Amino acid sequence: MTDTLTAPETLIADEAASAPARATAATVARGDVVDQYPMALPAARGPVSEALFAALRGETGTDAVLAAAVAGVAATDDLLRDEDLQLALFCAYELHHGGIAGVDERLEWDPELIRARTVVEDALEDLLRRTVTLPEAPEPTAEAVSAALFALAAEDSGPSLARFLSRKASLEQAREFLVHRTIYTLGEADPHSWAIPRLTGRAKAALVEIQSDEYGEGRPGRMHSAIFAVTVSAAGLSPAYGAYLDVVPAITLASVNTMTLFGLHRRLRGATVGHLAAFEMTSSIPNRMYGDGFRRLGFDADATWYFDEHVEADAVHEQIAGRDLAGGLVEAHPHLLEDVLFGAAACLAVDGWAGQHVLEAFTEGRTSLREPLAPAGTAA
Amino acid sequence: MSDAPAGRQESHPARPDADRPGTRPADDDEVSVVAYPNGPFVVRGNFRITGPDGETIPQDRRTVALCRCGKSTLKPFCDGTHKIIGFRTEPEPPVR
Repeated sequence: MTDTLTAPETLIADEAASAPARATAATVARGDVVDQYPMALPAARGPVSEALFAALRGETGTDAVLAAAVAGVAATDDLLRDEDLQLALFCAYELHHGGIAGVDERLEWDPELIRARTVVEDALEDLLRRTVTLPEAPEPTAEAVSAALFALAAEDSGPSLARFLSRKASLEQAREFLVHRTIYTLGEADPHSWAIPRLTGRAKAALVEIQSDEYGEGRPGRMHSAIFAVTVSAAGLSPAYGAYLDVVPAITLASVNTMTLFGLHRRLRGATVGHLAAFEMTSSIPNRMYGDGFRRLGFDADATWYFDEHVEADAVHEQIAGRDLAGGLVEAHPHLLEDVLFGAAACLAVDGWAGQHVLEAFTEGRTSLREPLAPAGTAA
Repeated sequence: MSDAPAGRQESHPARPDADRPGTRPADDDEVSVVAYPNGPFVVRGNFRITGPDGETIPQDRRTVALCRCGKSTLKPFCDGTHKIIGFRTEPEPPVR
């Protein structure tokens, strides 16, 4: 399957090298600087992505997308698992992130595309607000908010996929797990960074402190997205952003789309903050299990660095995210408390469903992707 | 609902002992240690962690969390295990 994908470019340079050397996406080593270039437009999965992609390629006007989006949203019985709508939303968002190869960059702010995207976004937000159960609201103090978020994260049915990875997963399953993760992790931290200019004071300082660590504190070879590229490359997979977009299912895209939905809307800054807090609070322990799993499968210390790094990093981040980011935001703006809880609960729910999808496929001995990967070691 | 009145701004001095980022002292030599409830000590500033023989323990990030529950597998750093074992820094509330 992967050999039919047009791999987008990844530029890899040794951090010490004075001039970056262009390389194919074959290998990324520890400390390498990883520059990503716009992803290729994936294959459409239905009428909405078809209409969107035709407009993105300039074959039709952008005003045709709205009707397709309205019809798609009206027709779907499960937006979170709707391949067509989640892919369309992901690609609409990608115009704001890394861009799409061959697509006019002005379309990022095309009013007709924003209008069509809003139809899907509103349906997704409405679905999440209807489905997700919020915990009882704590007092609007940093201490109480942090405690409530930690309690919510602790209830998370959580690390069963992590446990499976650590003890049972085959090499092929571990590679599939990485493929799901490439969608977010090769651009790790970006969706939450949208909140930085929307925050002030204690919450802003806390978010920047967390994100600075995510982005390597000024050392590009330590960016979490770059460290993850080392792992992906060690598994014989492509570290080029978007290389596996065609094979990941809707629920994996829904997990990233939920973050971007929150991140791109100032109105939802409370939800972004809650999402990040829950994300950090459910990270260090699963990452230890992922690292154990990849060690069990024979991956070396450079390849498991990403997971090991997150055990330590997220044990710091979860404290800052709970008390200073979420707690600090709610103390200054108590009316955002409900959205903080909503964002956290949405993170746990959607990421839980995405993990459940993968775990069910693995335990039933079938692929968790839309098509199985070529086996490791064959031409990718 | 939005904040009212428009343009309101609040400010308060950052207590030196405040448990918040953004209060890193102007003097970079000063170190702050924040004790997070039921969690680790988070340390910021210009510091170095050494083992009993004085050798420096490698530290990859500016802000670190030090294990307080005693069960981390990454000691002296926190790995989140305190959450699994139900570590409490405050006395349990009296049972009524």
